[in-house]
Amino acid sequence: MADTSLPKSVSGPLNHIDDRLGSSNFLKRNIKKVFPDHWSFLLGEIALYSFVILLLTGVFLTLWFKPSMLEVHYHGSYGPLEGVMMSEAYASSLDITFDVRGGLLMRQMHHWAALLFIASLMAHMLRVFFTGAYRKPREFNWFIGLGLFTLALLEGLFGYSLPDDLLSGAGLRITQGVLESIPVVGTYGYMFLFGGEFPGQDIIPRMFTLHILLIPGIILALVTAHMMIMWHQKHTQMPGTGGTEQKVTGYPFYPVFLAKSGAYFLFTFAVIALLGAFAQINPIWLYGPYDPSAISSGSQPDFYMGFLEGSLRIMPPWEIVLFGHTLSLSVLIPALVPLGIVMTGAAVWPALERWVTGDHRNHHVNDRPRNAPTRTAVGMMAVTFYGLLWLAGGNDIISERFHVSLYATTWFFRIAIFVGPILAFMITKRICLGLQRSDAATMAHGYEAGIITMSPEGKFEEVHKTPSAAEIAKITSKEEPRPPLPAVDANGVPAKGSKGPMGHLRTRLNMWWNADTIPIEGDGRPHEHHEQELVEDESRKELTR
Amino acid sequence: MSDETNETTGAGPERVIGTPPPVKSGALLASGGGDTEEYKPGAELDERKAKKDERIVALFFLLAFAASVGFMVYFIGWSGRNGGMHGLERTRESNFWLGGLMALSFLAMGVGVTLWMRRLMTSVPIEQARYDMATDEETRSSLAADIKQGALDSGLGKRPLLRRTLLLAAAPLGLAPLFLLRDLGPLPEKRLRHTYWAKAVAKAKEAGKPGVRLIVDSGPEASAPLKAADFNTPGGMITVLPEGIYDLGHDALTQIAKASTILINIEPDKIKPVKGQENWTVNGIIAYSKICTHVGCPAALYEQTTHHILCPCHQSTFDATDGAKVIFGPAARPLPQLPLAVDEEGYLIATGDFPEPIGPSYWERG
Repeated sequence: MADTSLPKSVSGPLNHIDDRLGSSNFLKRNIKKVFPDHWSFLLGEIALYSFVILLLTGVFLTLWFKPSMLEVHYHGSYGPLEGVMMSEAYASSLDITFDVRGGLLMRQMHHWAALLFIASLMAHMLRVFFTGAYRKPREFNWFIGLGLFTLALLEGLFGYSLPDDLLSGAGLRITQGVLESIPVVGTYGYMFLFGGEFPGQDIIPRMFTLHILLIPGIILALVTAHMMIMWHQKHTQMPGTGGTEQKVTGYPFYPVFLAKSGAYFLFTFAVIALLGAFAQINPIWLYGPYDPSAISSGSQPDFYMGFLEGSLRIMPPWEIVLFGHTLSLSVLIPALVPLGIVMTGAAVWPALERWVTGDHRNHHVNDRPRNAPTRTAVGMMAVTFYGLLWLAGGNDIISERFHVSLYATTWFFRIAIFVGPILAFMITKRICLGLQRSDAATMAHGYEAGIITMSPEGKFEEVHKTPSAAEIAKITSKEEPRPPLPAVDANGVPAKGSKGPMGHLRTRLNMWWNADTIPIEGDGRPHEHHEQELVEDESRKELTR
Repeated sequence: MSDETNETTGAGPERVIGTPPPVKSGALLASGGGDTEEYKPGAELDERKAKKDERIVALFFLLAFAASVGFMVYFIGWSGRNGGMHGLERTRESNFWLGGLMALSFLAMGVGVTLWMRRLMTSVPIEQARYDMATDEETRSSLAADIKQGALDSGLGKRPLLRRTLLLAAAPLGLAPLFLLRDLGPLPEKRLRHTYWAKAVAKAKEAGKPGVRLIVDSGPEASAPLKAADFNTPGGMITVLPEGIYDLGHDALTQIAKASTILINIEPDKIKPVKGQENWTVNGIIAYSKICTHVGCPAALYEQTTHHILCPCHQSTFDATDGAKVIFGPAARPLPQLPLAVDEEGYLIATGDFPEPIGPSYWERG
């Protein structure tokens, strides 16, 4: 190839920087960094790009938004609200919408990007969980991700409340009611957040500062850390795509991955711009200014708050008065418990899995969800729990649209929230094992080609074929459960980890984790005789019972 | 790349494990295994085909540029015509054009880059070694030695007085926010126990009247006192406030958020009076706090046939005939009732505040 010298216009600045920072060393090491391919690795990228769009559109909005609750008469170009008393926050939101060119577009893009940000965060977290990508050494990034998700919810709630329209005010009122219900410090938290009684004069300016400075600042810092750790640890790889625990394969960062990501950013931006242009979201001018004594039926929060709304809706009216103090369980439990279960569960999960399985190795190749049935089933439990709460948040809409009694709908969710996750666990586990069984069958006698042959004697047979090398690599990536934890150590003394109630629990959990598995055997080549297969299938069934 | 499909090529029907069979070669965004070899990065380029692909990519980039120019032209030329933005129509139009052209520009550029990457890049897949994150034992122990040496050199380990006083000196810094943030708001004290009704009634009684008049909640200009005779059809429901609440200036909204009351007219014989509150109604007119006892939404829906008051936020349902007792939903307590009467001119008045705190429960409520 010969000529490796760069044109002067590139080498000049490069050397100028290198003379001062020694940057060539770093660039040489990283410019061709390998990024493995898989469609699901792009979910986190959507979140990143949505966040960038949120920052850009958000800065635009701050240039006109007035975070003030001072009451003014509206005299903008939206006729129906002419002369109406409203807060400056709402008036300036209307001005952005109707009197700033591109203002409505930026508002709608900001809102859509926020929804996409949280939706893609959720999808990304599910991908990481179900493929086991959070395992050692990547636990820190899992924790950072949980922090990011929590902050994103809070950021969304505050942003939603800023325009001070009727719907956002109702959301704020619920926030206040929940805050008030917290034992001992609730009323103090309420007074301190709102600067007095609801709604007061302070809440919008305060939320504005949190929404545009503090929380995005923390999110930005955490995103940076998240990316740096990912870069340093190298990305995980899907099984069967060439990578192993010792090496990573894929296209180099420069130029392929860079072009890919660039295109992906452009696509994300394009989709959000399309939504902003053609899909109306949060038409605040229709809701009118906030009035604490008004509400519209069918009020719904943004989708990411739906699960909290749902848990509030299906809670029975429990309240305890003890020694002159009120414990408002009908608010406290739904506000804290579901989020607590999911977030605490997610936070302790990596350590719990290490403890139960005794697996302290590094993992760079992901699991296929079917090959970790217990984990996948627990994940689906959480998904079902969340999904049911989310649906319950629309119980009035469901009952109206499907002509079911509202009370029956609510009662359905009250029961389903307990039964649903258990069913989800059992069904998911069965599906995983079924898929394992199908993998085992493929490896035992090849895959069914869909070609039926007729022999001279008139016998019909389906042709089996050997799967591709990549397919075989993917199927054989399954790791059989490690042997149960040793009950006794080398000297015959009960092993350290299995003693006492905790040790007992650990042994039980370990057995539960590894309870079912379908061993993968064979080389994927079709068999000559089908009778043999049947026998093998029988013996396999024995193994799984 | 081909993570989901079999890589078997050749004639004949093939069962594909995973996603459906490859789309036609040359498709824009074929799924993983959909590419024929010539369209994977790293494949040998046929210069004639590549020239054609280059022109296609360039076309998309030109389209992106044209869309951006269109955006600017619209912005300068049309969006500001006849005195700029005004009203719904112009907003809708400019949102359509600005957003559509912006999206088109990004979309075309994205497609262009994707095609360039997939059809013209000749990079080949490479592999790189993974390393253990853990540092070797030697470096670890050498670091440990340095840390220990530092602790010795600084005397932090040896001089407990220094260590403890330093901790003592630093501790107050952590408490600083508790003090600095104290003035974020007032202490709760008793302010959640009363509403503006109490003050308004007291003021009216000072002036020698039996109670404060109810005004219909329809904004500061249109609100007028309500006569019992004007609200005499059973089944009606309106929102009322104490007279004078709109004169509170910037505090008005906060007071309305607590004092908001629903007035319902029920056939008098249907009302089951609450003990001690038997004479709080006027000819079947009964008043309850509008603030839901669950989390404070306005309980604004009233069904006249069943006499149910429903909060649209979380569907707490109250029975208006039975002291607003909770029938369904997450609210744990009835809506507090407001004592009503009629003054000598026939206007509805409130003779006192709600007997208990309105709105969501809280710790000190008791």
